[in-house]
Amino acid sequence: MKLLRMKPGHGEIVLAEGDVAVPEQERELIEAFRRELDAGMWAAVPTQAPGGRREAELVKSFDEVPRDAERVIFFPRAAGGSPQATR
Amino acid sequence: MGLPLGTAAIVLVVLLWELARPTLKRALARGRELWAAHRRGSAPIGYDPGRERRAEQRARALLRSCVTEHDWAMYRDLGFLRVWGGLGARADDAPPAQASYAYLVYPHKPVVAYVPDTGELLNEYCVAFPDMSKPYGSARLPDSDDVLAKWMALTADERRLVGEANMHLPGRQVDPDRVRRDLARLSRWERELSARRAGSVRAA
Repeated sequence: MKLLRMKPGHGEIVLAEGDVAVPEQERELIEAFRRELDAGMWAAVPTQAPGGRREAELVKSFDEVPRDAERVIFFPRAAGGSPQATR
Repeated sequence: MGLPLGTAAIVLVVLLWELARPTLKRALARGRELWAAHRRGSAPIGYDPGRERRAEQRARALLRSCVTEHDWAMYRDLGFLRVWGGLGARADDAPPAQASYAYLVYPHKPVVAYVPDTGELLNEYCVAFPDMSKPYGSARLPDSDDVLAKWMALTADERRLVGEANMHLPGRQVDPDRVRRDLARLSRWERELSARRAGSVRAA
């Protein structure tokens, strides 16, 4: 499993990578996961349904991450914005 | 006669110069400040166009790995994504028979809700994902990361994203004519895609 984080000026970076079946690596993944959530990030797991549909699942704790998930993507939490008019 | 007049002219010029000099100095200094500010504004400290381009390439690759081929092609060709509203039991590229509304997701612009059957624009949802750690002096994600963040939030928890956004009537920030043109482009693009698919099936 990979924990990725979107980053301005860079694209995604790999925060942590490991096998959840290995306790030490899982612990590192959990710590990295908590750090990002504490920093106010949202965490999403991209998924693919049997019919081919793609979507994402927002998770609030490491326990909610499917064990077979390949990656968790962290991104800044949504905020009501008012960017400059684009017309 | 000429000498007094010439002398008077010289004195007048010198007097005017002395009177105008402070004003001219101030104007010159102000001009220098404005020019320096303009240069700072157009090239922020640490800004590297190459880095931004590489960031966008990474973001595009990540987006592509998360959405369907159909959606990726839509974004690549048209510059926006369509996300069906009320997500649930439907395939991403299925005809919009069951969804009563959908969203157009643009990079760094409000999400626009509309009715697929009629093209009526419903609302603009102004939402951003600012990274306040500003790793390179900017809180702004690469374009494709912004689109992916919106796509993930909409497909995972549409209600939550809409709740976080500032809702406005259409036309507040995104030109409705532009949205209508984009809907027409999307419709044409999907027709052409269907025709290509039908053609390749017949050829096979």
